[in-house]
Amino acid sequence: MGRAVSDGWLLARILRAPGEAAVLDAAGWTDLIGIARAEQMIGTLAMRLQGVAVPEGVARILADARASAEQGRVAALWEAEAARRALAPLGLPVVLLKGTAFVAGGHAAGQGRSIGDLDILVPRARIDEAEAALLAAGWEWVKSDPYDDAYYRQWMHELPPLIHRDRDRMIDVHHTILPLTARIMPDAAALLADAVPLRAEKKGGLATLSPHDMLVHAAAHLFADGDLAGGMRNLWDVHCLTGEFGVSGLTERAQHHGLWREVSRALRLADALYGGGGNAGPVDRLYLRRLTARDGWGRATRPFVRQAFYVRSHWLRMPPAMLARHLWIKWRKAS
Amino acid sequence: MRHVFSVRVGPVGFRVGSDWRAPIAQLETLYAGYPKPEVPDFSVRLFAARPWRRFLRPSVMIGGDFVLPEAAPLPLAQGLLAAEMGMNLQMALGQRRYLLLHASAVERDGRVLLMTGHSGSGKSTLAALLSRRGWRLMGDEFALIDPETGLAHAFPRLVSLKNAAIAVVQAAASNARFGPLLAETPKGAIRHLVPDADAVAAMDRPATPALLLFPSYGHAAAVREVPESEVFVRLTQASTNYVALGERGFSALTGLVKAIPARAIDYPDTESAVAQVDALWGGL
Repeated sequence: MGRAVSDGWLLARILRAPGEAAVLDAAGWTDLIGIARAEQMIGTLAMRLQGVAVPEGVARILADARASAEQGRVAALWEAEAARRALAPLGLPVVLLKGTAFVAGGHAAGQGRSIGDLDILVPRARIDEAEAALLAAGWEWVKSDPYDDAYYRQWMHELPPLIHRDRDRMIDVHHTILPLTARIMPDAAALLADAVPLRAEKKGGLATLSPHDMLVHAAAHLFADGDLAGGMRNLWDVHCLTGEFGVSGLTERAQHHGLWREVSRALRLADALYGGGGNAGPVDRLYLRRLTARDGWGRATRPFVRQAFYVRSHWLRMPPAMLARHLWIKWRKAS
Repeated sequence: MRHVFSVRVGPVGFRVGSDWRAPIAQLETLYAGYPKPEVPDFSVRLFAARPWRRFLRPSVMIGGDFVLPEAAPLPLAQGLLAAEMGMNLQMALGQRRYLLLHASAVERDGRVLLMTGHSGSGKSTLAALLSRRGWRLMGDEFALIDPETGLAHAFPRLVSLKNAAIAVVQAAASNARFGPLLAETPKGAIRHLVPDADAVAAMDRPATPALLLFPSYGHAAAVREVPESEVFVRLTQASTNYVALGERGFSALTGLVKAIPARAIDYPDTESAVAQVDALWGGL
């Protein structure tokens, strides 16, 4: 492999075609591992490379990453079970989101995936009950700042984050998948109505979103909310979900939530990174510049592109006057 | 990165990238006798927070595969310490192959003496002194317990001597190699001792744990048996990755606790500590 400067494309290429790892030299492996760690995809990479011949030192690193991901899976499922127990007396639907949902449902996107917080979705009308039950079961506030707390409660799609005092794990309790300030309003009731129960036999059990809604959520999170941080991992989720469930009916579902533009972009970008490539337009290529802005030391690169997407994320999240006020308050508190 | 150094210490490979030449030059000198990894397990980055801070009041930020948020930068004169802290951090936060105990380890006749305790308990000093008296130094910072075999693996990084311990070890090991004296670091004065060539040559040879000590400096000499339950709890606190290893960590730790005796030793000076160690080791 030539010593062109590595970026996120190196990781994308090996995830797409693990066999190509055979051409990597020691420096190439070092870059690949640095990039995968920085993108929190080392576990995913390790699962993809299982069975591929790799140098001995690399094999040890990948075996450790697989063991670590497996322990992460066990811990994530245990955290979900703890939330289920806390919320079961309320008899409300509890829907797992993101990484925890992928491993709980046994989906391909969950293979080796790193999982941080527990994300759940509950009906908005009952979110106060859910909060009270979690507080009674040992979760505590993380944010003590009154402005942040009030902001979350008024404008966000989730409660202010809670952390469990014994297990030190965070839970994000959502009532929909986009902030209330965003211009798009997904159908939260439909998300809950079409959720797929995990263990039908248990009352007060857990569920995941329907496959298409999982993909819609990933796209919404990536393009209508965030600044594309963690985008390579999110698009791997999208790639795995389309591979596992296909795209039949996806257009209608995405349109129903008002998120077809975001979903179609997610499909094109996931395909550009992990599929055959194909039909990425000029704007898509700008997204790809941002998504792959990472060097072999795991450092964030392309600061101007990153900054542009950061500003964009705030622009999407709230109307201009509100954004100005929000940034003003944040700036005053920081200085 | 502009300047790069790599080293293998025991079973773990590191690469350290730096915006400055000076810390890399010091690492090259002090780790001259060590092998290089093929593909490093961990990366450490020493970098300037802003481009002009490479030159203007240069201060070293510590980055890497695993980082703590809001770690304070160090002055460039302490760049070596920054590199060592960066490597420690990768181990503490990222190591998943071995159960990591915050302990020093020395070996004799294939059996390992582990010493654990808070900073200032003297575990590094005692390990350095014992290594001058026929013991093989396996490490002064982390003991690596293999969950599959229960064996301790050597991790003989530079021995970090702090404050009064510097003079004590220099007096006992006048022919040893030392790094530069780093004054006024966040942990006081620090000087690194280079492990002797035998320790480096034997670092790929794991050994069986035989005795665990909890040394405590500054008291009249005393020895106390430590019950298994207390050893277990204290070692969960002395491990940086016990929780992250899950069931493997629990099995490794309970296996170790049941396999070896543990003693808390109080000592007024290093001579008495060495005598206490000799007596306990002889009585095994």
